[in-house]
Amino acid sequence: MSSELTESAGAAALPQGFRGFARDWTADKQTFHVPWGKAMMWIFLLSDTFIFTLFLTSYMNVRMSTRVPWPNPSEVFALSFGGDPIPLILIAIMTFILITSSGTMALAVNYGYRRDRARTAALMFVTAAFGATFVGMQAFEWMKLIVDEGVRPWGNPMGAAQFGSTFFMITGFHGFHVSCGVIYLAVIALKVLRGDYEASGNYEVVEIAGLYWHFVDLVWVFIFAFFYLW
Amino acid sequence: MAYVAIADRDQHLHDPDTFITKYIWSQDHKVIAIQYALTAIFVGVVALVLSLLFRLQLGFPDTFNLVDPNQYYQYVTMHGMIMVIYLLTALFLGGFGNYLIPLMCGARDMVFPYMNMLSFWVYLLSVIVLLASFFVPGGPTGAGWTLYPPQAISEGTPGIGGGIVLMLVSLAIFIVAFTMGGLNYVTTVLQARTRGMTLMRMPLAVWGIFVATILGLLAFPALLVAAVMMTLDRVVGTSFFMPEMLSLGRELDYGGGSPILFQHLFWFFGHPEVYIVALPAFGIVSDVLSVHARKNIFGYRMMVWAIVLIGALSFVVWAHHMYVSGMNPYFGFFFATTTLIIAVPTALKVYNWILTLWRGDIHLRVPMLFAIGFIFTFIHGGLTGLFLGNVTVDLPLSDTYFVVGHFHMVMGVSPVLVVFAAIYHWFPKITGRMFNEALGKAHFWLTLLGTYSIYLPMHYLGILGVPRRYYAYGDTDFIPASAQTLNSGITVAALIVAAVQVLFFVNVIWSLWRGPKADPNPWRATTLEWLTPDTPPKHGNWGPELPEVHRWPYDYSVPGEAEDFIPQTEPPHAGVVAGRDHGVHH
Repeated sequence: MSSELTESAGAAALPQGFRGFARDWTADKQTFHVPWGKAMMWIFLLSDTFIFTLFLTSYMNVRMSTRVPWPNPSEVFALSFGGDPIPLILIAIMTFILITSSGTMALAVNYGYRRDRARTAALMFVTAAFGATFVGMQAFEWMKLIVDEGVRPWGNPMGAAQFGSTFFMITGFHGFHVSCGVIYLAVIALKVLRGDYEASGNYEVVEIAGLYWHFVDLVWVFIFAFFYLW
Repeated sequence: MAYVAIADRDQHLHDPDTFITKYIWSQDHKVIAIQYALTAIFVGVVALVLSLLFRLQLGFPDTFNLVDPNQYYQYVTMHGMIMVIYLLTALFLGGFGNYLIPLMCGARDMVFPYMNMLSFWVYLLSVIVLLASFFVPGGPTGAGWTLYPPQAISEGTPGIGGGIVLMLVSLAIFIVAFTMGGLNYVTTVLQARTRGMTLMRMPLAVWGIFVATILGLLAFPALLVAAVMMTLDRVVGTSFFMPEMLSLGRELDYGGGSPILFQHLFWFFGHPEVYIVALPAFGIVSDVLSVHARKNIFGYRMMVWAIVLIGALSFVVWAHHMYVSGMNPYFGFFFATTTLIIAVPTALKVYNWILTLWRGDIHLRVPMLFAIGFIFTFIHGGLTGLFLGNVTVDLPLSDTYFVVGHFHMVMGVSPVLVVFAAIYHWFPKITGRMFNEALGKAHFWLTLLGTYSIYLPMHYLGILGVPRRYYAYGDTDFIPASAQTLNSGITVAALIVAAVQVLFFVNVIWSLWRGPKADPNPWRATTLEWLTPDTPPKHGNWGPELPEVHRWPYDYSVPGEAEDFIPQTEPPHAGVVAGRDHGVHH
């Protein structure tokens, strides 16, 4: 029996290599050495990855299927500050903000494990604020496209109707994720501040929220690459 | 290797004290399982009644005027969607998954009971939204259960008002519900097994449900994406799936979309969905066969790998549903190949079931009858699948009754027989009462023979070329008059089979009320759910101590033993030819 075998024979008798890996993975213990919530978050993110992947694949598909030329993203997403338009400037700032927020989140996780409640909560609030700024700038971008440039989900003056459809759907779905993340982070930060996790001393929950946040950032990199740079 | 005693660590369980927290807003996996099962069975009965209504029309086109052509399409659509998703998926994963995973793995509950409870209530909401579409102007959608655009949202298809929107919204809600439950099932299996319960000591029922749930978590996103995009096409006026087209002589505002994209998304979900339903059935039937044949399952390790392999392959076969869609012909070659490869692990499972029965001490009790019935129907459905998996054979058979016969055999009748096997098998544990054996046997024989008389003739009709989804055939040159006779016969058989199900409901209700008290382990089975201190198991399942597992779940008729079964909790003892323990590699 496995437990007795390991107790009596010790580590030397354990199978090595792939067999050892398989045996370890299927043993009578947690498959992953992580808390339940963290395992579940990873599995959820895997499922969510499929959603974003399929959205992006569908976008590529309709971009190929439409016979009308695709608008040039460098021009559509350009902003001018008094002078010549600068391509993709807004989106570059948004991307910078979101990626910076991943940094503050990582710091929050670090301070969480040191049980530095004030710094953890402060950094989480900063992360959430960056996220909220991102969503705000996204709203500005949407406003500009809708009001100034006449882009609608069902058509636009620059070219293929699918440009607006996929843009609003995919960035909207991502913006929804960011908004959920802002609320999620704020709630956890409040609970950290209130000392809800002091009893157990366990701040894994900060890391789990961080996983979600990094995922949302990572997805944005793909949306950015496929939508704005292509 | 330090043992991490996770299952022993305190899992915070809510303590139900009022009727409401005990039976309604319950976080107990067993109560949630029963809630899921009852809802699924209720909605399944609705779908059954719908099928009778359109079968009456098909069998006797000039006699009954119960449905008009629009209703015919609506009922066919709702029948298909309800049966596949709201009955079978919900019943196998939400019902049996919820009930069996914690009990068979030796856990006190799912890892996150509150989310598990939410999963059921969101599922109920999706069912309510779905059924609401019967009451909106224009009625439910009649697009066929595959909901292919452009017709699903073009004029001329019934239910393009509220019906199709409610259907898509309901599917999205269902996916949210499934995700909350599914995350729980997977995490529970991976992280919350009891001491000694290695993955290779898990009963195959848990393996099947586990892999099917992973498939669901990766496949339902495709349906969600498709539903979101079609809702936008219908409501907002985008053109994801809608090409430029004339409809009823009028040019539509749509243009540039790809209808084939929807088919790819739908079947990227749809094919794994077949296995989301089939894998739990495979797992459950393996356990039922082994218990009632008093023999270990043949090739346990291979059975596990076959489940995993089928699950993985199910993601690369989807376009075999699309041979006639106009996709690149080279795709057909690729997908026909992968489809035929998937037959290898599937056939392996069938052989192993038969070899489990071989020279077993077979007890033909009701669950066993249903399990053996499943082997028959599944072989028949699987063989016709070989026809449809080949491009050249599929082309003439596509969209005929051959297809209808095939998928009803393989993912209609077969899983439903397993559902009955499972209900009869675990009824004593779930309710603490025994069912009536004679009624159960009558139910089995009438159902099995009845379903054969429904679906076998359909294959013949399909080879004749009778197309599916027609309200009435009228006089057609290539359909002989005898086909109509056959159609009438099928309808009569369907009515009989539906009526026979009353036996099941009578049996369940009567046994709940008057059935004899059940032994805690009436089938003398080895797995943990039969070893609970109470029958039915109480909240928390195990009393003060969690069970400790020492062997695999199939130690039946071990030579030299007094009893013909050794429970999984029995420690190894001297003088026994060691049961094949799959936790150890020597």
